[in-house]
Amino acid sequence: MTQFFAMGGYAAFVWPAYGVSFAGLAIAIGLTWRSYAKAKALMGKLEKGGDS
Amino acid sequence: MFELANPKRFMDVSGIALPWLAASAAVLIAVALGLGLFLSPPDYQQGDTVRIMFVHVPAAWIAMMAYGLMAAASIVGLVNRHPLADLAAKSAAPLGALFTALALITGSLWGKPMWGAFWVWDARLTSFLILFFLYLGYIALWNAIEDDVRAARAAAVLALVGAVDVVIVKFSVDWWNTLHQGESIFRSSGPLIAPVFLWPLLLMAFGYTFLFLTLWLVRIRTEILTRRCRTLLARETAR
Repeated sequence: MTQFFAMGGYAAFVWPAYGVSFAGLAIAIGLTWRSYAKAKALMGKLEKGGDS
Repeated sequence: MFELANPKRFMDVSGIALPWLAASAAVLIAVALGLGLFLSPPDYQQGDTVRIMFVHVPAAWIAMMAYGLMAAASIVGLVNRHPLADLAAKSAAPLGALFTALALITGSLWGKPMWGAFWVWDARLTSFLILFFLYLGYIALWNAIEDDVRAARAAAVLALVGAVDVVIVKFSVDWWNTLHQGESIFRSSGPLIAPVFLWPLLLMAFGYTFLFLTLWLVRIRTEILTRRCRTLLARETAR
């Protein structure tokens, strides 16, 4: 296990590469989903003929 | 294709496709991670840093594919004056910028141990950095012009002029002596890398592709909804 995390001595490069990649993708998913949900909510409100 | 270009029809079809695209992305990326981190051996020259390739190369491919799609949508937007094409181009840009940034960062994390430097100004790296700035410029241009139709037209022209850079990125390793290695996958004589590395790479690339398509479609849907909301609000105010 320790050997796995050590990445043959390149842990300082391999793990940040994976960390940045998946953090970046997760943020993109989060932001995309948030603005989509917001637009859907506003649409629902307007279609109901809300007085916003 | 133009039947799909009706926003109503686009909403219906993309609504059906989205769960499948998202699920395929999740499965492919999970399998690729398993293969890439656990089942593939360290490379005999690069050691374990070869695993960085599995997140670097797919990000770079998607960065270029996204630009290609953005440029293609820009042509349709300019020629056919189709608003959905404008929205498709606009929605691809932030995603393209993200994948470009990921390719640049993961690349420099590989460059440091293997080349001895996080960054070198060779033709591949430089043209790829320019790709990142093209995306940022494209996004800034959309934000700078208030009128949507004019913004779309100006941004489309920028996207098309910038497309030259994608060609330069692709052929930079052939045209110049770059520190960056040459093409080793899409060769007429077949890929140069061993199957044990090729599989995680290709699966991750497909996973990234499906993830990009998922996010792209959701962003286009968001743009369509936002425009519809604006029309409804304008109508209400006019009343």
